[in-house]
Amino acid sequence: MRPSSSARPGTPNGLILSAAALTALALGFMAPLPPAGAAEEAEVTISLKDHKFDPAEIKVPAARAIKLTVNNLDATPEEFESHPLGVEKVIAGKGTAIIRLKPLAKGSYAFVGEYHEETAKGTIIAE
Amino acid sequence: MLAALIIVFREVLEAGLIIGVVLAASRGVEGRGRAVTLGVLAGLAGSVLVALFAAEISQAFAGRGQEIFNAAVLFLAVIMLTWHVVWMANHAREMTARLKQLGHAVAAGQESVLVLGIAVGAAVMREGSEVVLFLTGILMQGASNAAALAIGSAGGLLLGAAVSAVVYTGLMVVPLRRVFTVTGVLVTLLAAGLAAEAVRQLSNAGLINVLDGTLWDTSWLLGEDTWPGRVLHVLIGYMDRPNGIEVLAYVLTIATIFLLAQRVRQRPVGEKAKLHSVTRSARPSGVTDRDAA
Repeated sequence: MRPSSSARPGTPNGLILSAAALTALALGFMAPLPPAGAAEEAEVTISLKDHKFDPAEIKVPAARAIKLTVNNLDATPEEFESHPLGVEKVIAGKGTAIIRLKPLAKGSYAFVGEYHEETAKGTIIAE
Repeated sequence: MLAALIIVFREVLEAGLIIGVVLAASRGVEGRGRAVTLGVLAGLAGSVLVALFAAEISQAFAGRGQEIFNAAVLFLAVIMLTWHVVWMANHAREMTARLKQLGHAVAAGQESVLVLGIAVGAAVMREGSEVVLFLTGILMQGASNAAALAIGSAGGLLLGAAVSAVVYTGLMVVPLRRVFTVTGVLVTLLAAGLAAEAVRQLSNAGLINVLDGTLWDTSWLLGEDTWPGRVLHVLIGYMDRPNGIEVLAYVLTIATIFLLAQRVRQRPVGEKAKLHSVTRSARPSGVTDRDAA
């Protein structure tokens, strides 16, 4: 790739600094796997059929990490989207997606299947 | 039809805004049209590939593949945009002078254009794959309204292109002596927003577990899911419910770009001359090097 050509005499300091800073940005705050608190991760599985979530209402414990598995039984792809949860995730047709949620405060959080918003909607209730 | 238009437009908005800014930021550099076009085409090809392997990507890394992939693509764009701003900090004055003098595109700055092309490709690939998946879904359903959905989708794509044009035209109004300062700031904020988004992806995947509490909530004032919110989210990285690590990534990116640009600007004259001697070969042979040195 051409960009490396900037590593010519005169720019190495900026180059190294740039690379170092951005690598630190990318990696510096990554916690080692598995994430802390994974042991208490609550697991929930729902499915998507005929562009509808089943169940559409999911009750989860508050203040615990959630591992939400969505099985897409439709042949068409879908995009799981929840603005309040800050999640956007593509699910392939006949595919599965794992959505990890940080411990939630009590309350309800709406989500939709973005490609079929009319029918594919649901709520996560943390209590 | 309208639903399809909105969905597709939502997805292409980000790429549209980025392309508009990038075109303005590379004003007057020869070959920028080609670089951006190639970036878009490569991004589209990438989109199809990503859509094809959506299931595999998703399953990788214990279901974290999609987030890791998105974050990697975003960081690539951030690095390319950073590169551009730093390069411009070093060459903006010279570029402006030559543009004024010649009044047409100059051959210098091609590598700066190349990194912008890569940034465009990354942006197109990220959102493009979602459009491809959406369209695949429409085709597979074979619904009676498939034609209407296709028209709606095409409309969404056209609107995305219109956004690019509006942003670009808006930035063309900026006087030449100011344009690289303005676009430098814009590209910096764009990069910071993308870095924050990359970190959000890693945080969502559970790979970052520090500073992940929500810092503030301004969704009542300007929701990220409203159109103005979406535009600001891409352009300046506006977030209505950011967590600590996202804000940190945002600030760190701005600081990094700023410091790198400062460093390049302050470099002693002797070193600058060396740089110019490298770019000399790219100029028409009739142009002397005296003014640059």
